[in-house]
Amino acid sequence: MLSWANFGSQLFNGLALGALLALIASGLTIIYGTLGVLNLAHGAMFMLGGYAGYVAWQASGSFLAAVAAGTLALGVLGIVMERLIVRYFYARPHEDQLLVTFGLSIVFVEAVRWYFSSDSKTVQAPALFQGITNMGFMFYPTYRLAVVGICAVALLVLFLVLYRTRLGMIVRAGIEDAVMVDSLGINVDRVFMVVFGIGAMAAGFAGIINAPIVSLAPEVGEQILVQTFVVVVIGGVGSFPGAVIGGLIAGEIISLTSMVNPGYAYVMLFAAMALVLMVRPHGLLGKPGRE
Amino acid sequence: MKQHGRYRFSPVRRELVRAGFGLAGGLILPAGLAARAFGAEHPPIGTWPAGVQGKEVFIGVAVPRTGTYAEQGEDELKGWQLAVEHLNSGHELMRKISPKTKKGVQGKQLKLVVADSAAKPNDAVQAEQRFITENKVILMTGSTSSAVAVAMNKLAQREKVLYTAGISGSNDTTGKDCVRYGFRQNFYGETAANAIGPVLLKAYGKNKKMAFMTPDYTYGHTVTKSTSEYLKEHGGWEMVTNQVSPLGATDYSSYLTNIANSGAEILLNVNWGRDAVLSTQQAKQFGVIPKMKLVIPYQIPFLAKNIGAELSQGVYAATDFWWTLEDKYPLAKMFVDAFREKHGYYPEWGAENAYMSFAMWADAVEHAGSFYPPDVIKSYEEGRKLQSMVGEVYVRKEDHQLVRPVVIVRGKAPKAMRNKEDFWEVTEVVPGAPLMQKPDAFGCHLGEYT
Repeated sequence: MLSWANFGSQLFNGLALGALLALIASGLTIIYGTLGVLNLAHGAMFMLGGYAGYVAWQASGSFLAAVAAGTLALGVLGIVMERLIVRYFYARPHEDQLLVTFGLSIVFVEAVRWYFSSDSKTVQAPALFQGITNMGFMFYPTYRLAVVGICAVALLVLFLVLYRTRLGMIVRAGIEDAVMVDSLGINVDRVFMVVFGIGAMAAGFAGIINAPIVSLAPEVGEQILVQTFVVVVIGGVGSFPGAVIGGLIAGEIISLTSMVNPGYAYVMLFAAMALVLMVRPHGLLGKPGRE
Repeated sequence: MKQHGRYRFSPVRRELVRAGFGLAGGLILPAGLAARAFGAEHPPIGTWPAGVQGKEVFIGVAVPRTGTYAEQGEDELKGWQLAVEHLNSGHELMRKISPKTKKGVQGKQLKLVVADSAAKPNDAVQAEQRFITENKVILMTGSTSSAVAVAMNKLAQREKVLYTAGISGSNDTTGKDCVRYGFRQNFYGETAANAIGPVLLKAYGKNKKMAFMTPDYTYGHTVTKSTSEYLKEHGGWEMVTNQVSPLGATDYSSYLTNIANSGAEILLNVNWGRDAVLSTQQAKQFGVIPKMKLVIPYQIPFLAKNIGAELSQGVYAATDFWWTLEDKYPLAKMFVDAFREKHGYYPEWGAENAYMSFAMWADAVEHAGSFYPPDVIKSYEEGRKLQSMVGEVYVRKEDHQLVRPVVIVRGKAPKAMRNKEDFWEVTEVVPGAPLMQKPDAFGCHLGEYT
């Protein structure tokens, strides 16, 4: 399949894949960077966002309502999770944090399976974005094209929040040194809650945006979580721009490898991660000392 | 030292005691029970005789209830449940397939113990190992993935407990990974290819360019190999691309991009379960379908329901069973009616395979007159002609594969459907024997009985 036409197509497809990965990874990396908690429930929350949107879509028939529901429901869930459970684990060892978030992910997945069954559910893309677009060098599903734009806007919003607001400044300061921020008289506790909520919202938003592409099943979060980790590790833990770059790199690796041998697409992704870890142990844009 | 001495003498003493009891037993036992006492001549093997001493015998089922193949796994499970119910009550349909069946099997009631395998070999083997230890299961089944079936074959041979495969499409299950203790009812890559091949050549002509989507494990590789080889050899079709993806993949965009740029005219989708649903839906999103003709070389239960008749219309598929065969075969009608009454929908081929595989086992046990595994295996290997939902069938003794027809179906247009589950019309029922490779062609060596 080595042809210029296919190369161009795959290059573009890699961008589209990468945009979505970047969005999911940014939620994970912000939470980890600020709170120091590696949230293993992030994949399950991505899945929950999809289902919350599905319920709203079933009830209203509106995709916009679905996106709003998926995002807000997960924002609320994130805050509740943080207040009731996660905050008691900030001071505890990483193993405990991993176990509790992993446990939560099992609860989420099984709850969804219990209520919705294992059968997959479909959310239709909005009528505006249905069909195929002729891009000249290739045909591409219109909705996937839209997703690239939607992800870009969402990432821009996240960027503005993180880099152009007071909250963002505190969050970024928290990533560098939470103790110092706390001693400057800022209510870190409150900030942490908001950050967890934002991370959860990013996961929920990505979940419902992704739903029309792959349809929903209780397990959709598991696979995406693994890829998201790879993205975060490549980009640098805690780095928002790192998540974006890592996402795009991962998307391109998957797409371009598949051109040569599709069986090796994911092998190459992990090989790339190993390579980054060897050359830059903190990831491309990560800094030593960040936890 | 003292203890050591005691052990040294104990075997002799045990022999004496056993001989004494044996003599006494022989004198006391009435003639009717003598036959059963003869069974004790065999040394214990696997879960026998421990597993058949109570009023009930257990069958271990490891079937995917979560993950990519969950929907198909549930359908299979319903087939096994119906079979157990029919065996325990001596239902008429069961007696048509297994004429010696009365109530239960050898007078014992059957009980299923079920675990979720998530279509993972490791999970399936662990669950069945537990059933062997805890329930002394006398038969194992399950698989909606040939990776599981192959692993279960090995477990069955090692533990000397019979295994009858669930859905398993790989050539290897009764090919290079066949075992003495494993049996398969359903069609597989090679018979699917040889059945659907001529149909495709007739429908689409010679010298076409074909693209494959293949799940990356034994089922996918063997089905793609058999199908592409047939079409190349007999019709000069050229495989322009083969997109191999991991089981459980969700995003097929990069594979479909390659296919879109490959110049193929026919897309043969070997993906299965939810993977098949997602890859087919995404193929439509990418405009690959309807630009290319879709072919399903190995049918997926509920595919049409999930992708919709708009997408499945005109699609050729090879399968084990489709419910409209009830018009042609009385047993199919009985099965479909009984299944619908119990479960409320038309059974897919996973349920049919499940039901039939238990009926075959019951027939083998009843003819052997005992649960003793080597005798049951030999009974299977007699190759008796059995009635089935697709006519007469028999087990091939060299590789334990059922010789059975392959059913070719074509997707109906939405407006041609008589009810909402009337997705396919049966175009052909291709006799099984000529579809099969020579028994040793795929490297089958069955192994030992004991």
